[in-house]
Amino acid sequence: MRKTFTSGNMAVAEGALTAGLKFYAGYPITPSSEIMEYLAEKLPQHGGVVIQMEDEIGSINAIIGASWAGFKAMTATSGPGFSLMAEAMGLAVITETPIVVVNVMRAGPSTGVPTKTSQSDVLQARWFAHGDYLIPCYAPWSVQEAYDLTIKAFNTAELLRTPVILLSDAVIAHLWEPLMIYEPGEVEVIGRKIPIDKQRAKFPYKPDSDLVPPMPILGHGYKTIIESLTHNERGFYAPMNTEYKALVKRLILKILKRINYIYEQETRYCDDAEVLLVSYGSTARSVYLATVDYRRKGLKIGFLRLKTLWPLNEEKILNCSRARKIIVIENNTGKIYFDMDRIFKDRDVYSSPVLSLELPTPREVSEAIEPWL
Amino acid sequence: MAVTQYIHPLDKHLRLERIPTLYCPGCGLGIGLASMLRALDSRIKEGSIDPDKVFWVGGIGCSARMVFYVNYDSAHVIHGRAIPFAIGAVLANPELKAIVVGGDGDIAGIGGNHLLHAARRNVDLIVVMFTNFVYAMTGGQVAPTTPRGVKTTTTPRGNPEYPMNAVKLVTSLNANYVARASITTPHYIEQYFYKALGKKGFRFIEVVSACPEVYGRHIGLRNPVEMYNELKKRVKHKPKASIEEAEIDWDKGIVTGEFVDRDNPSYIEILRGEQSEI
Repeated sequence: MRKTFTSGNMAVAEGALTAGLKFYAGYPITPSSEIMEYLAEKLPQHGGVVIQMEDEIGSINAIIGASWAGFKAMTATSGPGFSLMAEAMGLAVITETPIVVVNVMRAGPSTGVPTKTSQSDVLQARWFAHGDYLIPCYAPWSVQEAYDLTIKAFNTAELLRTPVILLSDAVIAHLWEPLMIYEPGEVEVIGRKIPIDKQRAKFPYKPDSDLVPPMPILGHGYKTIIESLTHNERGFYAPMNTEYKALVKRLILKILKRINYIYEQETRYCDDAEVLLVSYGSTARSVYLATVDYRRKGLKIGFLRLKTLWPLNEEKILNCSRARKIIVIENNTGKIYFDMDRIFKDRDVYSSPVLSLELPTPREVSEAIEPWL
Repeated sequence: MAVTQYIHPLDKHLRLERIPTLYCPGCGLGIGLASMLRALDSRIKEGSIDPDKVFWVGGIGCSARMVFYVNYDSAHVIHGRAIPFAIGAVLANPELKAIVVGGDGDIAGIGGNHLLHAARRNVDLIVVMFTNFVYAMTGGQVAPTTPRGVKTTTTPRGNPEYPMNAVKLVTSLNANYVARASITTPHYIEQYFYKALGKKGFRFIEVVSACPEVYGRHIGLRNPVEMYNELKKRVKHKPKASIEEAEIDWDKGIVTGEFVDRDNPSYIEILRGEQSEI
């Protein structure tokens, strides 16, 4: 383990290197570009490849191709580029390709304010492409967590043969903090499950009991079929209801089956809390400070921070606190609120978003929640 | 009845359980695919290509569907994105021989940006683009290569746009190999594809094809034999044609031949050179 002092973007890049990244394709976009710049310097030293593609569509398709050739692969972007990646994200879902896509959120819609922060893409990450699917999504609140959750994103992708989204934002991206970097062996790094023999490799979409099929690697004579059409276990186009239902349900169930691995949250002061503040990502930093402040004043306020945004572990969220009043604070117009309202259905759930180009301050957070206290 | 034994010399290259193809009677794609497979067969027999390393990639469309039928590692990906998918695969494993197949809509229309940047990079893959002058799978809409004036389902008053000459586009960049053949001269498809398989860098072959079912209907050549003969009349083979002569014009003629054949350092060779300096 070694200690360094770095930014959130570079922590993501370091996390990817620790996790065994070997292929990065990207396109420059503020505020994510440092990730590619850093990796362009470092990744070749780790035996990997960095390519700057002609656009974000090319970037995500290239990492899907690289993943099938056996490399752990990642791209990073921000809102406009993330939107361009939607269609290929569906390709990664249906072909069950492990990739990590980092979206360093910035203010939108459209070009918006490229250099300024936002948490507006949290539902985009959930309902990204057309079709039915569930893509795991993590949201770090610090430089250290940007590193840790990047490793977790790779582990989740390889374990479940799925694309994974890391939702950072402009604040985390350019925030400098101390970072502990693990040496090999000091942190769990999961590799993908490959077929035991040629016969098993003939069925690249036939799941084991964990609902995850072993993934054949190109170039081994397996004659693998990578198929974007709805397919059967062999990879043949299957426009029939039985195959369609089986495939789509399994793609979602394989994620939900491992929700206890995927889902992480952090709770503070929850045991006796009468009011629970729910937050995530950079905004949670200010919400936490506001919570501490309320506690000092004697108010029974609790703090729930979602580290995993999708899928949400509804049972864990529901049981983290007995507070009757739930207030959701996020830097958008109120998005994760809808899920909290659904999960805490018999309690009073309020949306107190702070829509701001800067990190909401603890004072702004207090002002936003005070009407509901 | 399922085919259980090889009855055609190319059968071993095909996923016989997926044959027959979805191609319409009279479609030129079968001629193109067979020519490519003969070249691949020669390369495998002479030992210069390991079949386990051959990787076919197609986007969306009739031509891209060739990847359904070949008995190799193959990817049927999203519309227009076969080239970046293949780039990722070959950069991760440079031993792979990536062959991208697609129609002019897939490769030069929606995927046009990837085509020109792949050529500019001289990245190590072969792109075989089948030009049939129309979007056939979706039922006959105007394509980047549709000649001016042709009435299609989306240009009912005649196509107002100028068609694209993809060979000229790619030759203006840094590709190592650029050729054009026609399904009326399958031996040239075979010869060019054979040559391309032995080279590094970006290799582009445009195969002019016949689509009597959809394009033929638009131009009054619904009969496959007539369509084939009309195409044959227009094809002018020039072995040593200059790039300026590389016309593809239904009225003035379609020039086939090799337009670029060189051995500039490929993308992977350049990357490897850089790596060795680290």
